[in-house]
Amino acid sequence: MTTAISACPACIAAPAAERLASVPDAPAGPARLVLSLPTAHCAACISDVERALLAHPGVSAARVNLSLRRVAVEAAPAVTAPELVTVLAGIGYEAHELDPDALRMTETDRRGRDLLMRIGIAGFAMMNIMLLSVAVWSGAEDATRDMFHWISAAIALPTVAFAGQPFFAGALAALKARRLGMDVPISLGLILASAMSLFETINHGHHVFFDGAVMLSFFLLTGRYLEYRSRAAARSAAEELAALEVPRAHLLRDGAEVEVPIADLRPGDLVRVRPGQRMPCDGRVATGASELDRSLLTGETLPVAVAPGAVVSAGEVNLTGPLEVSVTAAGRDSSLNRMAGLVAIAESARNRYTSLADRMARGYAPVVHILSAGAFAGWLWISGGDVRLALNVAVAVLIITCPCALALAVPAVVTAASGRLFRRGLLIKNPTALERLAEIDTVVFDKTGTLTLGTPEPEGFAALPLATRQVAAALAGASSHPLARAIAQAAEGLEPVAVEDLREVAGQGVEGRIGDSRLRLGRAEWLGVAPGARTATWLRIGAAAPVEIAFTDRLRPGAAEAVAGLKAQGKRVELVSGDVAPAVAALAAKLGIADWLAGQRPEDKAAHLQALASAGARVLMVGDGLNDTAALAAAHASISPASALDAARAASDIVLLGTDLAPVEQAVKTAVVARARIKQNFAISLGYNAIAVPLALVGMATPLAAAVAMSLSSLSVSLNALRLR
Amino acid sequence: MQMLAYLIPVSLGLGGLGLVAFVWTLRARQYEDPKGDAERILAPDWDEHPKA
Repeated sequence: MTTAISACPACIAAPAAERLASVPDAPAGPARLVLSLPTAHCAACISDVERALLAHPGVSAARVNLSLRRVAVEAAPAVTAPELVTVLAGIGYEAHELDPDALRMTETDRRGRDLLMRIGIAGFAMMNIMLLSVAVWSGAEDATRDMFHWISAAIALPTVAFAGQPFFAGALAALKARRLGMDVPISLGLILASAMSLFETINHGHHVFFDGAVMLSFFLLTGRYLEYRSRAAARSAAEELAALEVPRAHLLRDGAEVEVPIADLRPGDLVRVRPGQRMPCDGRVATGASELDRSLLTGETLPVAVAPGAVVSAGEVNLTGPLEVSVTAAGRDSSLNRMAGLVAIAESARNRYTSLADRMARGYAPVVHILSAGAFAGWLWISGGDVRLALNVAVAVLIITCPCALALAVPAVVTAASGRLFRRGLLIKNPTALERLAEIDTVVFDKTGTLTLGTPEPEGFAALPLATRQVAAALAGASSHPLARAIAQAAEGLEPVAVEDLREVAGQGVEGRIGDSRLRLGRAEWLGVAPGARTATWLRIGAAAPVEIAFTDRLRPGAAEAVAGLKAQGKRVELVSGDVAPAVAALAAKLGIADWLAGQRPEDKAAHLQALASAGARVLMVGDGLNDTAALAAAHASISPASALDAARAASDIVLLGTDLAPVEQAVKTAVVARARIKQNFAISLGYNAIAVPLALVGMATPLAAAVAMSLSSLSVSLNALRLR
Repeated sequence: MQMLAYLIPVSLGLGGLGLVAFVWTLRARQYEDPKGDAERILAPDWDEHPKA
C-alpha cells in the first residue's frame, strides 16, 4: 500500500500522517472485541444486538456501527469472541470474529478527520470572505474597501496556512524528488496569491484574491477527501476480509492441546490439524493418515493422500483424518508468505502505471508555470517596468489555471464508479484499477474456485437405483470428505437406511454392514478397481460389482453470463488451470472458451501472462488460488473472489464480494464508462481555462471572474461524475 | 455605515459559532456511522429517559 501511495503525487503527505497515526492507542483495561455483522441493516437490528450483548455477563459496552456493519464490544478479559458469536446466533444474527489488530481503524479515521477539519475551516473562511467580497464587487470604496480587505486578510491568511498544509507538504516532497507534481503549482498559487493580496491591501489596491485563494483550497481539499474516502472504504473492507481469518493453531505442548496464534509457532513444534481445518504452517506429517485438498495452492480438484513423513504446506485443507504435523516453517517463512514476496515484486511493477491524472499533471504543471512567468515578463515589458501590475496579472493567471476542477475530475468519477460497483458486489482496492480495467482486451480465467465453485457434484446420481442411493447416502453421511458431503447433499430427502459398524478409514473411504452384506464407499484402489481419469468414488454393496459415482465441479453462478458478456464486448477469453486436461477441456467446451491451457504450474501461469503482455495484450486475470497469485500480480488488472486465499486477494485490484461471477463483466463496462467520464471532465475543466486564461493574460480577470470560473468548472465536473451513479 | 461596526462582528461571530459546532461534532466522532445514526433516531429505546 505504501508504494501505491507514493505513486500518486497528490498523496506525498500520507507517509507522515501514517507515521503519526501508528502510535498505538494503549488498550489498557477491558478487552476490545470486534465482530462483523453482515446481516444487520435497521434500527431494530441495532437495539437487538446491543441489548443481547449488554445482557451477556462481563460485557460493559457494545456499539453497533451500521455503516461498517460491525459491532465493537468492551468486555472483561474472560469474555471471548466465539462466546459472543453464539449469543448473537441465538437471537438470529450471523456474526464473525474480526481480528482487531488487522483492522487498525484509528489510522484510517485520523487522516479522514484531519482532512474534514481542514475542509470545514476552509469552507467557513470561504463563505465569510465571499460575504465581504460581494460588498467590494458591488462598489465599496476607499476606507470601507480597505477595511473589508483587512478583515478578509485576517481570515484568509491563517486559513491558507492551515488548510494548505497537505499541498505544501506534497509540493516540498515533489521538489525534493526533483519533479513537478500538481502540488507545486497549487502551493505556488496559494502562496503568491496570499502574498500579493496582502501587499495590495497594504497599498490600498483595488483587487485582492483572498477569496480565490481560500476557495481554491476548499475545492482542492474536497477532491482530496473524496479520493481518500474511496480508498479508505476499500482498504477497510479489505482489512475486514483479512481479519476474518483469525489465525490460530492447535499446538501440542507436553501432550496437552493449546490454542495459540500462528505467529507463535516455532520450527519443531507439533500441531494438531483436525479434518476441515487449514494447515497453519509448512511441516511434515508426524502421525495420522488423511487426504489434503490442495486446490487453492495448485488448482487440483482431486484430494491427495498423505501418510507420516509426507510434506505439507500452509493453506492446504485437511479432509479426512486428524493429523499431527511437525512444524518446519511458520509465519513469515512459510511457503504461503514467501508467495507474498513474489507478489510484492510484481506489484511494484504495476505501481509504475501512470494514471490519467498523473499524465495530465505532468503536462499541465509546466504549462501553468510558463504561462504565468510569460504573463509577468510580458506585462513588465508592455507597462515599462510596472512590477506591481505585472505581478498582479501573473497571480491572476496562476489562480485561474490552478487545477480546481482537475483535482475533482478524477476523484469524483472514481467515487461514483466505485460506489456503483460496490452495490453490485465489487470492491475496488487500487486507485488506478478502474483505468487499467478499461484498457484490457484479453481475460484469463482460472478454473477451480473461480469459474467453478471448487465443490464437486455427483454426475448422474439420480439415475442410480433407489437402494443404491440410500446406501451411498448412509455411508457418505459418516465422512466430512468433500466427495462424501457432495453425495450426502445430492441424496438429501431420501429415506435413510440403517447401517451397522459404520467406520471411516482415513485416506480410503467409509465402510459398514447391513445384515451380512459388507458395504464400502471410497477410493477405486480400496475397492479393487482400476482408477479412471475422472474424479470418482466407488460403491460396493455385498458381493456385487462396484458402482462408479463420478463427479464434476459445480459451475459458479454467473460464470456463463460473464464469459458470454466479455466475448460480446470483443474481449478474448482464455482458461488457464493447474488441473488435468480432460477436466479443463470439458469446462472450456461448456462455456465456449476456445483457448485453454491445462496442467499449468504457478510459474507457468505467470510466464503465460508475461508472454501475452509482451505480445501487446492487456490482460485481466481472474483467479483465486495461491497458484494464481503471481499471475494476478503480473496481469494488467486482476479480480479475485472473496473466497480466495488472503495472498490472492492481496494481489488483486478488485475483490468480488458475492458468489456470482456476472459482475465481472459489468465491472469492465463501468470502467470503460468511467474512463470516458474522466476524459470528459478534463475537457470541461480545460474548456473553462481556455476562456478564462486569455482574459487573465490580457489583464482583464477580476477576482469576481476568477471566483465564477472556479466554482462553475468544479460544479460541472462533479455533476458530470454523478451521472455515473 | 455605522451599522457595519456591529454587523461585521455579528456575522463573523455567527459564522465562528458554526465553525466551533463543526469542530465539536468532528471531535465527538459524529461522522463515524452516518447510516447507523439515521436509523438510531427511529429506535424507541431511550424515548422515556436519556441513555445514562
